[in-house]
Amino acid sequence: MAEQRLPTGEVALRAQAVARHFGGLAAVNDVSLECRMGEVHAVIGPNGAGKTTLLNLLSGDLPLSTGRIELHGRDVTGLASHEISRLGVGRSYQKTNVFLPLTVYENCRLAAQSRLPSSMRFFRDAMRYGAPAEAAERVLAQVGLESRAGVTLAALSHGERRQVEIAMTLATSPRVLLLDEPLAGMGAEESVRIVGLLQKLVRDHAILLVEHDMDAVFTVANRLTVMVNGNVLESGPPEQIRASSAVQEAYLGTDDTAPE
Amino acid sequence: MGTRKAALVAMLACLAALAVLPFFAEKFYVQLFTKILIMGIFAMSLDLLIGYAGLVSFGHAAYFGVAGYVLALISPQYAAANLWTTLPIAIGASALVALVIGALVLRTSGIYFIMVTLAFSQMLFYLFHDTKIAGGADGIYIYVRPAADILGWKPFDLENVVHLYFVVLALFVGVFMLLRVVLKSLFGRVIDGIRINEHRMKSLGYPTFRYKLACFVLAGALAGLAGYLAAIQFGVVNPDMMAWHVSGSVMMMVILGGMGTLVGPALGAMAMMLLELGFQSLPEMGGINIGKHWQLLMGSFIVLVALLLPYGLIGMLTARRQGEGASHG
Repeated sequence: MAEQRLPTGEVALRAQAVARHFGGLAAVNDVSLECRMGEVHAVIGPNGAGKTTLLNLLSGDLPLSTGRIELHGRDVTGLASHEISRLGVGRSYQKTNVFLPLTVYENCRLAAQSRLPSSMRFFRDAMRYGAPAEAAERVLAQVGLESRAGVTLAALSHGERRQVEIAMTLATSPRVLLLDEPLAGMGAEESVRIVGLLQKLVRDHAILLVEHDMDAVFTVANRLTVMVNGNVLESGPPEQIRASSAVQEAYLGTDDTAPE
Repeated sequence: MGTRKAALVAMLACLAALAVLPFFAEKFYVQLFTKILIMGIFAMSLDLLIGYAGLVSFGHAAYFGVAGYVLALISPQYAAANLWTTLPIAIGASALVALVIGALVLRTSGIYFIMVTLAFSQMLFYLFHDTKIAGGADGIYIYVRPAADILGWKPFDLENVVHLYFVVLALFVGVFMLLRVVLKSLFGRVIDGIRINEHRMKSLGYPTFRYKLACFVLAGALAGLAGYLAAIQFGVVNPDMMAWHVSGSVMMMVILGGMGTLVGPALGAMAMMLLELGFQSLPEMGGINIGKHWQLLMGSFIVLVALLLPYGLIGMLTARRQGEGASHG
């Protein structure tokens, strides 16, 4: 059956009954999910379902109200975002989160610099460190922005900035990717490239993907979780989600981005 | 690249002019430029916080004053202290105070950061003003300037106005070069990133608090160097060195000169001090003593720069920051 085609890699990221309350509002309520190596786990749901808040909890941007998060079997609940990042989790943002006055290259180089043991180095020119420079060039090639390396982010189109956003996330050499609407605002050609990139990356990454582009989601996802009002409505392989009447009713059926 | 070369030539020309100044200028102007260079060091140290790290500290006079007081307190009353021991101790004391205050104030941000940095420096001001430590409100005199003897050899004499000028000039150039190097290092890149987008720096794995604190301590230490030199030059330290208006005027030098440029704040220091002198020496006109009310003119000047030169005085010369806001290339 469909279950058997799910990747059986090691569980990279596990959320157990995580919740986040803002006052009386449960933005995320009792959500449990897993993301395995070699798997794209897509989280979909209508606006306000709590998808971005869930990513914020997993990346350490927001503290949990309750619940537990494990990374490769290790309890990382309550760690700050920079600590989670250093444990190999890369986060990209829905609202482009870059360094506008800096060049494309420097955005990626600075991201990669974070993987050096320490940046408390005061004298040697940052440009003379080889590893961050190589990583920057590698990720620029991956997203196809080599020719724009010397341009400042402020001068880029929205779609190009979205690509830099992803390149920066990759520059930190993560094993787990938390991608928040990576395709939003991209042109068709850029989207195809990024979807292709995701399909390549998934071989040695665990990818948790929040995305509204349903064609893309059903192309790359091995597993889907549908969220509504902070709760998990349904979770399973794409066939199961497609067939679910509850999902149809709550989300897919009422939205013109629904597949087929 | 042409503009970069022009900037280098302009800087070397300024340096050459400063180097020959004592051979032409009267003693008064040598002393004035000593003071300007000291304030230049002070302003560059604050620029590291405001212009590069995006930390608007309104209490930078605290670290300036601490080093001055430390020198005064550890100097023998009627004999010379040793430059080579008192300088590191004074700078170290400023750095230590910056470490303690920084560890507390860097937990806040934005307008609160401005307020708490001001609050801490005012607490230090009143500590020295209202208690008997080091002469209370009157301060304490340094009758003899520190001696620079190394095993009986005297490389220079700080009692000599020209020697003091050259020592200060060398330190000014040294601080400038040091900051240039630091700003290009891994650390400098992190500081730059924190100013532009601290949230993203965190999510990229940088423990930003640590870097901001290191920056705060470095800026405090360099302000301490300036305070030490100021105490030597004037031969007196008093609580006014730490007063809020000192923090305010050094901030003004940074902003008027052009923050995030190093050269700008040094230029700002020179412009403000020369203008102050110029305005003060204006003659009486139509029964009004303009020189006495020089601050009215200074205020107008500040308003004009703020309105006409969004990138400060340096922006007028380079025009390279326009539209971009990038601090360095």
